[in-house]
Amino acid sequence: MSKFLMPSLGADMESAILMEWLVKEGDEVKKGQVIAEVETSKGVIEIEVFEDGTIEKLLVAPETECDVGTPLALIHSVNEDETSQEEESTVLKSIVETSKPEEKTVKKERIKASPAARKKAQELGIDLATISSKVDGTIQLKDIEAMPAKDEKMEDKDGMRRAIAAAMSRSNAEIPHYYLSTSINMTPALNWLEQLNAQRSIKDRILPAALLIKATVNALKSVPELNGFYKDGSHIIKDEINPAIAIALRKGGLITPALMNTQVMSLEKIMQSLDDLITRTRKGKLRGSEMMEQTVTITNLGDLGVERVYGVIYPPQVAIIGLGRIVDAPWAEGDTLAVRKVLQATIAGDHRATDGRTGAFFLDKLNYFLQKPEELL
Amino acid sequence: MTKEEIKNIVIQQILEIAPDIEEGDIEPVENLQSSLEIDSFDFLKILTGMNEQIGVEVPEVDYYKVDTLEHMVNYFFDRM
Repeated sequence: MSKFLMPSLGADMESAILMEWLVKEGDEVKKGQVIAEVETSKGVIEIEVFEDGTIEKLLVAPETECDVGTPLALIHSVNEDETSQEEESTVLKSIVETSKPEEKTVKKERIKASPAARKKAQELGIDLATISSKVDGTIQLKDIEAMPAKDEKMEDKDGMRRAIAAAMSRSNAEIPHYYLSTSINMTPALNWLEQLNAQRSIKDRILPAALLIKATVNALKSVPELNGFYKDGSHIIKDEINPAIAIALRKGGLITPALMNTQVMSLEKIMQSLDDLITRTRKGKLRGSEMMEQTVTITNLGDLGVERVYGVIYPPQVAIIGLGRIVDAPWAEGDTLAVRKVLQATIAGDHRATDGRTGAFFLDKLNYFLQKPEELL
Repeated sequence: MTKEEIKNIVIQQILEIAPDIEEGDIEPVENLQSSLEIDSFDFLKILTGMNEQIGVEVPEVDYYKVDTLEHMVNYFFDRM
């Protein structure tokens, strides 16, 4: 028997609301199957089981807020049939003990409010519950604006902000970062992409972001040391390349779901997967594995107009790659000066796992692939 | 289709991508991407949505002609 726990869906998550069970007691489940939906400050995420087995018992009722690590269900694993009865009963006993505090978990009723109203209320630090009694049906933006303004300090109460603060402080305190940067001439790659897109319908168009991800993945294959984890004093290199893509949420904050298994994807497939991932992120329909199995992070603040971004590594990952805005800039070629589309690519690496030389090798490879875009197809 | 009808379709596409935006936030002559914080991915979604709704494709070389709400409406109106 094993306990299915509320997963940590990112270093910056403390708790989530179990919204719905997609299985019932007695159901057989397969590894990777989505069995529940949880709501976090970043939207609804579908969570999967990690083993084949049978749902023995559901421990938490829908719409209950649970801390990370809270047992949500008991699963009878397929491989466990040999387990002795005695062992099983002690496990059960300890589960009963640990699950007791759950009864105290406050059952929060979800208040109906428009997204704009929810955002405004959060900005102003207004509890929607205080308004719901005064409003008929869904709370609208105007209802929030009608509320008297509160002290600005209320912003401190934003759970997501606080959680990001904790995760990033830990990263900066624990990880000795090194930072490297290089300029990449993007004119050949962008010209090549423009020609490619001219022959395609609008639905099949490939964005420069997908090309940059593909080039990054290829470069990581050449420098695998940057794709993996640093845990308990050892450096683990991963075969699968699941880059976390930093996506800004319109309601504020940031989410970094993984594009899974890019090591086997063509450029076209990366574009489709990116499209799917961003669309599901916006709708709040991510899977738990996408929030837990990132092996490296790519941050692209380019659309906000900055030219260079130095990231903070998400532990236990060992690198974060920053891609800035592509700008027209002077570029020396031979003995002439030309104007080219230039990208500043950066990398922040964990110095416990790799040295600057590894990072430099990566940036060099990234540049190499972007000068030969036809090899990225 | 009138310009007003096209405008309504464009606005509907924008609101679908960015539900937090209120219709009144969209200034007809301001750059859509920078004023509404629409990234290149969302911008492509809007153009794809417009193509589905009215059957006009905007090639990449014409992106500068559809930078504001007003320009976008005129662009589609001229090609209907």
